[in-house]
Parts: sequence; structure tokens; C-alpha cells
Amino acid sequence: MHDRFYRSLYRIRRVEEEIIRVYPTDKIKSPVHLSIGQEAVSVGVCEALRADDVVFGSYRSHAVYLAKGGDLKKMIAELYGKATGCAKGKAGSMHLVDAAHGVMGASAVVGTTIPHAAGYAYALKLRRKDSVVVSFFGDGGADEGVFYESLNFAALKKLPMIFICENNSYAIHTHQLCRQPTANIAERARVFGVPAERIEDDVLRVHERVGAAVKALRAGEPGPFFFECLTYRWKEHVGPNDDFHLGYRTREEADPWMKNDQVKRLAGLLEADQRRRIESEVEAEIQAAFAFAEESPFPDGSELFTDMFK
Amino acid sequence: MDRTISYVEAVREATDQEMERDASVILFGLDVDDPKAIQGTTRGLAQKYGPERVFGTPLSEDAMTGVAIGMSLAGLRPIHVHIRMDFLMLAMNQLINIAAKSRYMYGGQVHLPLVVRSMIGKSWGQGAQHSQALHSFFMHVPGLKVAAPTTPYDAKGCLIEAIRDDDPVMYVEHRILHFQKGPVPEPTYTVPPGKARITVKGKDVTLVGISYMQVECLRAQRYLESGGIQAEVIDPIWLSPLDGETIAESVRKTGRLCVVDNGWMTCGAAAEIVAQVTERLQGAREVRVRRMGFAPVTCPPTPSLENLFYPNARTIASAAYDLVKGSAQGWLPEERTDLREIEFRGPF
Repeated sequence: MHDRFYRSLYRIRRVEEEIIRVYPTDKIKSPVHLSIGQEAVSVGVCEALRADDVVFGSYRSHAVYLAKGGDLKKMIAELYGKATGCAKGKAGSMHLVDAAHGVMGASAVVGTTIPHAAGYAYALKLRRKDSVVVSFFGDGGADEGVFYESLNFAALKKLPMIFICENNSYAIHTHQLCRQPTANIAERARVFGVPAERIEDDVLRVHERVGAAVKALRAGEPGPFFFECLTYRWKEHVGPNDDFHLGYRTREEADPWMKNDQVKRLAGLLEADQRRRIESEVEAEIQAAFAFAEESPFPDGSELFTDMFK
Repeated sequence: MDRTISYVEAVREATDQEMERDASVILFGLDVDDPKAIQGTTRGLAQKYGPERVFGTPLSEDAMTGVAIGMSLAGLRPIHVHIRMDFLMLAMNQLINIAAKSRYMYGGQVHLPLVVRSMIGKSWGQGAQHSQALHSFFMHVPGLKVAAPTTPYDAKGCLIEAIRDDDPVMYVEHRILHFQKGPVPEPTYTVPPGKARITVKGKDVTLVGISYMQVECLRAQRYLESGGIQAEVIDPIWLSPLDGETIAESVRKTGRLCVVDNGWMTCGAAAEIVAQVTERLQGAREVRVRRMGFAPVTCPPTPSLENLFYPNARTIASAAYDLVKGSAQGWLPEERTDLREIEFRGPF
């Protein structure tokens, strides 16, 4: 199990480090909202899911996309704006999608995909399926009205879905406590009668608790479930750089999160041989994905008008 | 085509027949399952198809539109009903940023077979927030189709077409049209987008009436007849995609175009139709044009002001008369009570 977790964590981290490395060349023609530091949430959750479960994300969805099984080559090609990208260059980094692997889309407008997850879950329930839906959003999403409307509806209809609030404390540069009177997002879900808990930055704990919820939903227990996963964004809101110089947060605030790096933690749980094998396989895969993106053609001009209607 | 039913019954029958045919069709919205059943358009459907496929919702237009999007991603074909078009303003993020864009921004990986029904109000003091016709907002955005059927025949055919469409359709109903009766075949049929209907043939001026204003244009045509003018009347039926060709061909013949919208004129459907026609005919035909629509103010509830807010058959006839004569004639026909009850008749 730890090898699987490590592979996924390491892969996400390294993909994004490669994005950072390539970014100054301007070959990636898309704003990137990096997940570095937040990988543990996506990996802990998605390792508890099956291929036929689906996830909905936000503009910061590289980690969710990869953790759920989204195609890496198609993701990098999408960032390059190439015809071989997951959306043929029409999505960019903010709308990654891989429907065949249950990555059902992501929105740049905060909170927007939360009700999509509820609607998808409604359809699953109507059709008596035992798959589940996971909605990923941030603490900023919990500012939005649609979050409460969706929570209300999901609770009302007892939908087979899991709310994952990735609380990294900041909406762009504004701290949660400048936007919300109390840091009690999980508590708010309980008011709707939804079982909710807050989980520290611990990939194994996330997996264990979300896994239990998934199991309950598959067994036909009423949903939804709610998890507020505490995490921390290491890089700037958008772009490849650090932003501690801006002054809205301090390096000291980040230190404990960086010390608790779940990538390093899982690396330490593996035998050296096993770890090195995983790393070299992942490195080769990443190299191949960037080469694929580099070599792929841009979409033909005729693509401008395709995909509007059937 | 002997059977005559109301617009309300046509909408209900289309929904019923499609729900019967296809188990993936589901219906929801505020009050669709209550005793009034959205003017009767959803009557009996909750009982027939059960509370999982027909249900009233929380007052959450934003999330419920997102829920409809999620359902359609999962392969359902939701019909989301809004008893007032004004309430769609709460759902604009989902409609514009997601429904219109998903197929494109996800590179064709997904599609959203979604119908959004909404109603426009008029009279009895509907006022500022129960009267707005905002179809032009949706015409503006690529990725949405917009139907505004006028007759019971088109109400049924457009709704079936919308339900079977694999992409989002905004289906716009005018509350006053709900009372109209007309011939409607019982078997299912579709009225697909891209084809306007010439409802009265004429040679002197083209009147295009959108939604309820089609009724006023039909009355105006009769007034004009008494003034010696043969108006051609066109119902666009689908506003997006719009059949500009049929309208332009009519104007090529008449040389005069009056577009009467059930909405405001600035950046509106009438402006779009006039622009499309003049682009097509410039250099080939000299054309005189006129837009009519809501007065450029908020809709007042008091009848004395509300009557001035809307175009009506007489003001339309007067404007069309001026177009034909080439200048302001000050002609306003006397009101005729025999035109009040124009109903829709076939054949189509």
C-alpha cells in the first residue's frame, strides 16, 4: 500500500516540479495553480476510490487529476496547448478532464463544481449504482453560497457523495479568518446532519477515514460525508514561484507544514530499493510525457469551431 | 390535425411522452410537484413517474442548475423548471460558465443534455421582477440554444426537440401564451432549430414577432390589412440558432422590416435580427428597419404605465405603416374587439 501511495505522491510532486522547471521557457501557455504541498489530500482520497468513482475539482486540480488516474501525457500536452491534450488545448490547466478515468471536470470559478458532484451522485442513486462521487473544493469554496445550497440538497437526498474541503487557509492572499468569522467549516456541515470531521495533513489518515466513508456509501448507508482536510499550499496562488516576500504569510508559518511533507514521510516508509525503483519509473514516465507534449502538434485552425454542439 | 389543446397541455404532453419513452428524462424545479403544477404543465407527472424522477427542489437556483449539469454528465436528461425567468439570474454562473462551455472546454469529452424551462410574466401587476424576458442574454453566449415557441404546436415540438438534444437548451415560455389553444398532433414530433415559420404571407412589410409578440404581430397584420397594407408575419420559433435566411428572404421581397421583441431592444434579439438581415441584404436591397420592444425602463406594475411599457398590435401596425409609407403618418388604427381572441390555427 505504501508503495502505491508513494508513487502517486512522488509523481504529482515531480510533475509539478517539472512544470516549474519548464515554465520560464513559456512553452506552457496556461496559468498554473500548483498543488505542491497539498498532494496528500488528493492521494489519500483517490487511493480509496475505484475506477468507476468520479471526482470534480477546482482550478487547482493537477493533484486530483493525477491521483484519480488522469492520463499524464494528455495533461502535459494540454498545458502546452497541443492537439493531443486531454481537451485538445481547449481546457488548459484549469479545466483538466479525463472522463474515462472519472475526472469529470474542474472550474476556474470557485465552488462551481460542488453541485455537479451532487447531481452526478443523484444519478448514481437513481440508477442504484454503488459508485461514489467526490467533490474537491477549498476553504474559499466554503465562502460561496452554492456550497451551502449543495450541502443542503445532498443531505436532503442522502446522496452517495463525499465533500472534501482542502483547507489551505488562503483564498488567493486572504486568510480564512479574514473571510469567515470562525474556522469551523466541518462544523457547518454537521448542522445539515452530515457526518463531518477535520483531518490533519496525513495521507494515511485521510485514506483511512475517507475509505471508511466510501465503504459505508457502497454498503448503502445514507450520504453524504464531509471531510475538512487541513493542508498548505507551498507555492504562490498562481504561477511557479514562492510568494513569502508578499508579506501576507510568513515562511515560519509554512515551516511546520514543510517539515511534515507527506512525500518525504512515505519515502521513509519504503525500502531504499523499492523507493528508487518507483522514482526511476516515475521519472521516465514524466520525461516521456514532456517529450510527448513537446513533439505534439498544435491543433489545426479548424478546431476553433468544433465541440460547440453535437 | 383535428385535436385542439392548450399550450399548457402541449408542454405537459411533450414532457409526459418523453418521460415515458426515455427513463433518463427527469423533471424538477421549485413547485413542479405542488397542487398548481406550474400552471398545469407538470400535472400528474409526479404521481405517474414517482418522486425520484419528478421532484420539487429547495430554493437553490444556483446549486440546482449545477445539480442538473451533474445529472446530465452522468447520462440523465434533466428538465429544470423555473416559474419565472427572473429567477435564472441566480443560476447564471452555472448556465454561462459551465452549461454553455462544457462540451467545448472539455474538448468534446462531455456533453450536457439539459433543458431549462423558464416563464415570462405580463400584466396583473407583475412588475419589475416577474416580467423580464432575458432570452437575449442566452443568445449572446455560444453553447446555448434558445427556443421561444409561440403556438401549442411549436411548444410541444420544440420541447421534445430540446429534450432529445444532446446539448443545453433554454426553453422560454410566455405565461399569456399558456392560455392559447391550437391544433397539436397526439403522436410525438419535433420542431428543430434553424427554421423560422412564415405565419402570414404578405408583400409590403415583414413583421417578426418574438414569443408573445407574435400574437400582437398577427393582430397588427389584420389592422394593417384594413389600412391597405399586406404584412408578412414571421415567427422565428428558435432564437438560437436563428434562421436569419428566412427572414432575410422575406425582407428581400418587402424591403421593410419591423422586429417586435418581447424584451428590451438594446443589444437584444431584435437588434440581432435587424443586423443579420441588413448584413445579408446590404448592396442588394435597400431596407428600412424598425425595432420594437419593452420601453427602456423597469416594468411598472400599475396598468396605466404598464400598457405603455409594451408594444401592442396598434402601435406595431402604426410603426409598420410608417415603414411602408416612408415617413411618420400619425396613423393609429381604432381598437377592434374582434382581434382580441386571435388563436392559433394550422395547418403547419
